[in-house]
Amino acid sequence: MEAIRRFTADFGLPRLLITVFLLMLFTTAPLVGVNLPSSLSDVLIRVGMNGIMVLAMVPMIQSGCGLNFGLSLGVLAGLLGSTISIETGKVGIVGFLVAVLVGQAFGALFGYGYGKLLNRVKGGEMMIATYVGFSSVMAMCIAWVVLPFKSPTMIWGYGGSGLRTTISVEGFWRHILDNFLAFHIGENFKFPTGALLVFLLVALLVWVFFHLKLGTAVTAAGLNPSYAKASGININRMRIISVMMSTMLGALGIVVFQQSFGFIQLYDGPLYMAFPAVAAILIGGASVNKATLVHVLIGTLLYQGILTMTPEVFNAVLKIDMSDVIRVIVSNGMILYALTRTLKVAK
Amino acid sequence: MEPILSLRGIGKSFFANRVLSDVSFDVAPGEIIGLVGENGAGKSTLMKILFAMPEIIETGGFEGTIQFAGKTVKFKDSFDALDAGIGMVHQEFSLIPGFTTTENILLNRESVQRSFLVDIFGPRINGLDRATMNERSRKAIAKLGVALDPDMLIREMPVGHKQFTEIARELCREHVKLIVLDEPTAVLTESEAEVLLASLRLLAQEGIAIIFISHRLREVVELCDRVVVLRDGRKIHDFPAHGTSIKEIAAAMVGRSAEAQAQVDAESLVRSEHAQGAAEQPILEVSGLWVDMPGETVRNVNLAVRRGEILGIGGLAGQGKLGIANGIMGLAPAGGKVLLNGKPLPLNSPREVLDRSMAFVSEDRRGVGLLLDEGIDWNIAFTAMQVQDKYVTPLLGGLLKWRSDAAMVKLAEEYIKLLEIKCTGPRQRAGALSGGNQQKVCLAKAFALRPDLLFVSEPTRGIDIGAKHLVLETLKKYNQEYGTTIVMVSSELEELRSICDRIAIVYEGRIEGILPHTEPLERFGILMAGAGRDDMPVAAGGES
Repeated sequence: MEAIRRFTADFGLPRLLITVFLLMLFTTAPLVGVNLPSSLSDVLIRVGMNGIMVLAMVPMIQSGCGLNFGLSLGVLAGLLGSTISIETGKVGIVGFLVAVLVGQAFGALFGYGYGKLLNRVKGGEMMIATYVGFSSVMAMCIAWVVLPFKSPTMIWGYGGSGLRTTISVEGFWRHILDNFLAFHIGENFKFPTGALLVFLLVALLVWVFFHLKLGTAVTAAGLNPSYAKASGININRMRIISVMMSTMLGALGIVVFQQSFGFIQLYDGPLYMAFPAVAAILIGGASVNKATLVHVLIGTLLYQGILTMTPEVFNAVLKIDMSDVIRVIVSNGMILYALTRTLKVAK
Repeated sequence: MEPILSLRGIGKSFFANRVLSDVSFDVAPGEIIGLVGENGAGKSTLMKILFAMPEIIETGGFEGTIQFAGKTVKFKDSFDALDAGIGMVHQEFSLIPGFTTTENILLNRESVQRSFLVDIFGPRINGLDRATMNERSRKAIAKLGVALDPDMLIREMPVGHKQFTEIARELCREHVKLIVLDEPTAVLTESEAEVLLASLRLLAQEGIAIIFISHRLREVVELCDRVVVLRDGRKIHDFPAHGTSIKEIAAAMVGRSAEAQAQVDAESLVRSEHAQGAAEQPILEVSGLWVDMPGETVRNVNLAVRRGEILGIGGLAGQGKLGIANGIMGLAPAGGKVLLNGKPLPLNSPREVLDRSMAFVSEDRRGVGLLLDEGIDWNIAFTAMQVQDKYVTPLLGGLLKWRSDAAMVKLAEEYIKLLEIKCTGPRQRAGALSGGNQQKVCLAKAFALRPDLLFVSEPTRGIDIGAKHLVLETLKKYNQEYGTTIVMVSSELEELRSICDRIAIVYEGRIEGILPHTEPLERFGILMAGAGRDDMPVAAGGES
């Protein structure tokens, strides 16, 4: 009994419940007529789509800035990257790389300003970050209309100016990663090798960063700012580095997302982009002040697993669409749980 | 006489880790019991059990029975214990920084003015009767015999005054029968401690029983009626304090011969002087230094530190001795002129100070000194890694600096052995170590930098005598072997006199005078009271 209790405490009750729930979904799926190989394939594709955005949470958590509720800012940088890439008319891998690189440049720029701002509001980062995310998305809504884009694939057909709400990347770089080295098992199972490889590669880079001298300094600045200061660390600089990293990862994350999803979503599309990523890393077991790559991997897998499997199984059984309700309950519930948990620690 | 408190067969283990076994003793009304033992001996746990602290209850309760005022009691929580008439002064302050002395003393026991609103909204709407409250807190403060301003905000107070406020709060309870004081004098200077001991005696005469936990054995012998010694969770000794000696208690505490201890102590008092160094250029020259550190303001310090010496900085709490070290190391806003090896040292920049081969062991172990959630290896190696690129492997031709975990563990193991750090291994969380061992980790962190000039602030605050002795010996050895100049700030004069060559006394943010360690105690006392300016001998002065 004691062993069970200790295991639950270590693993975290919510994480345990969600794992059990997911396993239940997987076992009942074939019984209610859901095609399991295709569902599994969907889960993997979604992990590849969303993984990097979950990864984007790690640097800021480590540096003590908390969860990046302003991830939308990074997403906006990525959107600028992909729209500019399409404007240049480059297709295939070149077009994809242009989108990534331009996105990184904007991500670095936005991240720097965002970091400067967060350094002024120490202690209240997460709330400020939420508003940074919301307001920047709204500000960009104006920008999407007035920016001088010309490519006919992107602008409104009737007025001849302003970007559309949804832009297809078909014919540019749709599925460029998903199809790279992809292989099929049976009729319905596709393994998105390229997307998962890129995710793991970026995860490796983040892992390497936190094993460098600089990454160690960022971590220490998050663990105990006074200690870091006494060791000659410039805390504000470490925090800006982490915020820039997070924003740039967000920019990369959305471009990878688009190549799989097939569309660029503008205007209020990025509004709630941060919440699924926040929820995923929390389900993975991270807290507001500690996150590892294991948390990212487990969290993405569990969260995307629930998201894929719930609608399929529920729809098959109940004949109603519950997916969005479940998604909202799980992601917001997780965020709520994680925030209350830190309050307990802080006390 | 019927005992007010009697503990029978108290035992406690945290999971597999046994910290107390079969401890029994009685406390009679009006009796002062000294509870002593090294860090980790189980004193704090015993008191936590008495107070039914949540960590005890959450980890499965305890063994044995507690009788209080003739009845077997089982407190559900600390409020139960308080209601029964037990007061507690914790080692860490539990005060509200933004409230005044009076408000803190009477928190939740305020005198109230009844108004008709009470009938409608209940007692929470009562107004405060400030005049009566001030009167009550004045009375409690008067019992302590100190000058404490009832209207001063806690955050503006020096540490010593905060401690008095804590004690005054317990004194001001109406039916308190037993007061537990956990290291009440650790943060007090000797004169403040004297005042406190006197007021405790007064309380005992009124019939209040006192359990006094302290590392300062002299105070224990002086104050207590009986001494209970704990070692490794067991009661080793229980004898009347009258007729016993510090040596005897110390021997029981550490389980080693007190004679050997005494000999080392004596040795450290008669040691060679570094007087020859006086002619050379000083390693550090400070002039016109001011530091804005709350409660420890430095106004105008002029000081020269000789190469290779151990310089002590002493003085009463709140006079600015801590500010000097924190200011020079760049951790508190400071101004003035500081020369290191004849070249100006920038202030307010911790990194540059570290780059110039200086190191600092902070008085705030848990706040500044340690990464509590990381292992010993990180704690020791981090500063050296960041400042001197030690324990990193260059990758891609030095473009990337890879953290070498193996080298860090090796370093940690070295220091664990060298400083006898008690731990489960180099990866153990620093927060899980006892105070003395944490202090050793802090020292190791500074040593790993191989500094030319080392500032050590309150290195023995709140640690047991075994660890204290080791820390002081280590500092002395380090000074002799590597020629490291050490500036040690401490509120314990005896400690400074045992290892320092010269001791500077700080008064009101200025250096009142510098004396060699051989000078008699009274001369230091005069300086501490701020009366030294007229009769300072020119030879001993180090001001430039």
